[in-house]
Amino acid sequence: MAAFVTYQNIFTRIQVRPPEAYPGCKLPAGDAAREGKPGFVNLFGILGDAQVGPIYLGLLGLTSIAFGALAFVIIGLNMWASVNWNIVEFVRQLFWLALEPPPAHYGLRIPPLRDGGWWLVAGFFLTVSVLLWWARTYRRAIQLGLGTHVAWAFAAAIWLYLVLGFIRPLAMGSWSEAVPFGIFPHLDWTAAFSIRYGNLFYNPFHALSIVFLYGSVLLFAMHGATILALGRYGGEREIELVVDRGTAAERGALFWRWCMGFNASFESIHRWAWWFAVLCPITGGIGILLTGTVVDNWYLWAVERHFAPSYPTLWAPIADPAAVVQGAPR
Amino acid sequence: MAMLTFEHKYRVRGGTLVGGDLFDFWIGPFWVGFFGVTTAFFSFLGTALILYGAALGGTWNIWLINIAPPDLAYGLRLAPMREGGLWQWITVCAIGAFVSWTLRQVEISRKLGMSYHIPVAYFTAVIAYITLVVIRPVLMGAWGHGFPYGIWSHLDWVSNVGYQHLHFHYNPAHMIAVTFFFTTVLALSMHGGLVLSALNPGRGQEVKTAEHENAYFRDLIGYSIGTLGIHRLGLFLALNAGLWSAICIVISGPFWTRGWPEWWGWWLNLPIWPN
Repeated sequence: MAAFVTYQNIFTRIQVRPPEAYPGCKLPAGDAAREGKPGFVNLFGILGDAQVGPIYLGLLGLTSIAFGALAFVIIGLNMWASVNWNIVEFVRQLFWLALEPPPAHYGLRIPPLRDGGWWLVAGFFLTVSVLLWWARTYRRAIQLGLGTHVAWAFAAAIWLYLVLGFIRPLAMGSWSEAVPFGIFPHLDWTAAFSIRYGNLFYNPFHALSIVFLYGSVLLFAMHGATILALGRYGGEREIELVVDRGTAAERGALFWRWCMGFNASFESIHRWAWWFAVLCPITGGIGILLTGTVVDNWYLWAVERHFAPSYPTLWAPIADPAAVVQGAPR
Repeated sequence: MAMLTFEHKYRVRGGTLVGGDLFDFWIGPFWVGFFGVTTAFFSFLGTALILYGAALGGTWNIWLINIAPPDLAYGLRLAPMREGGLWQWITVCAIGAFVSWTLRQVEISRKLGMSYHIPVAYFTAVIAYITLVVIRPVLMGAWGHGFPYGIWSHLDWVSNVGYQHLHFHYNPAHMIAVTFFFTTVLALSMHGGLVLSALNPGRGQEVKTAEHENAYFRDLIGYSIGTLGIHRLGLFLALNAGLWSAICIVISGPFWTRGWPEWWGWWLNLPIWPN
């Protein structure tokens, strides 16, 4: 048993505190100063880095936060209004409350504020906020002399967000096709969307998106566990080990080679990671965009293409919901 | 020869749990070990049973091949091979292979002087599988509650079980699991992106360091978890995604039989709300 009782690198047992917090790499001329006095949080130090702050705000950051806060407040006030400004009911029903997009008969026109207009306004401000934040992820990388990989990964998520709330509603000709704001309401939308279009499970792009979702979780479990298991060799010094391979990188590679016959390198594992994570929303967005625009019933679509079983008819024929005109008249 | 340039000096004896030196050798890039042998045994047997089941099933369409668990009428008994017995033995083989693989990872970890994070992480996924095909069926009283083995048939099972509970998104453990799944992808994209951005800063620029990585995320959100911490966070998020998935399905049926939207009634009916 003694062979198993070894150090396992689960949390940091001894935290080192420098006399002063690290202010961060030098910023190029033209950048604003970083904000906030950095401090240390013992709890954070147990799992990761203890230092909190400073933060760089800048114009992009401030405007993004402002627009995001505006959208958040608009959504909250609309929800509060929907329970007649009763604060108790607002708290009680919070998960059920929604800011719904306009009804279908408005099509792509601008509806009155109280009839879905606020949804458009909130969605617009949220989109502005998200796009400004994207510009910030890009700009901060450039200013520090880094590549822009994080920004492009973020762009993949924004693609899915825009498909759901903007591009697909445009293609369908109605804002009513978009997702409502709200905890349970957006889940209701998801379930109704799947049923309406004949079960999204038969959508191949949905399947791909799930593959990359689960694949990402698998990859992060494998990668995180490998690096932690190499803790006693300094496996977390990934950049150093990429440019000058040490025993940690060698052991990590050999583990997977001996286990499954194949291994990534300390650099390439991050390429696998990046692509898996990025393809999850990209394929998901394609799947959503095709639904209702190109394909009306994924189950029937799959049966026609011989990759879904055709089940026996148990009841009298039911009108295919796809055959009934829905949404705005086209 | 399937050896990396530095591999030779790592190919030394030792680290086995069972069998001593008997199976302590390599085939190509693969290390064998006692549990490599048991993995191969269960994998070949299980695959053969799947092929047998496919041959009985009447279709070789890869998407439609389906090996269903026994009818609920069989309860927890062994079913005839053609009526779900195959599913039962395939499940035995799968669990045998997965557990063997876990123990093989333990042996390789020991051989390379590494800690046991990888087998622990892998076994979390195995437990989620065992929850679906053993623990929940046993709690429900019939192997027929396991999911069928087939590419689209298992999706049908997921759909059907979901709609049996009216709307599965309202399952609180499912909510937590999905949140962990999405957060893992977010964290993975940020970690992968950050490391690549430091290593590939663009033509003519020097490779950056962990210092720059930390500065980037502190500039962006005021906090950087650090090079060691991100791997702890990633592993934590990924394992929780699997763990809460197992929880969300094992409570559906054995511990909650009604629609999941109804479950939230406890909140709406708390005694704290004034009438």
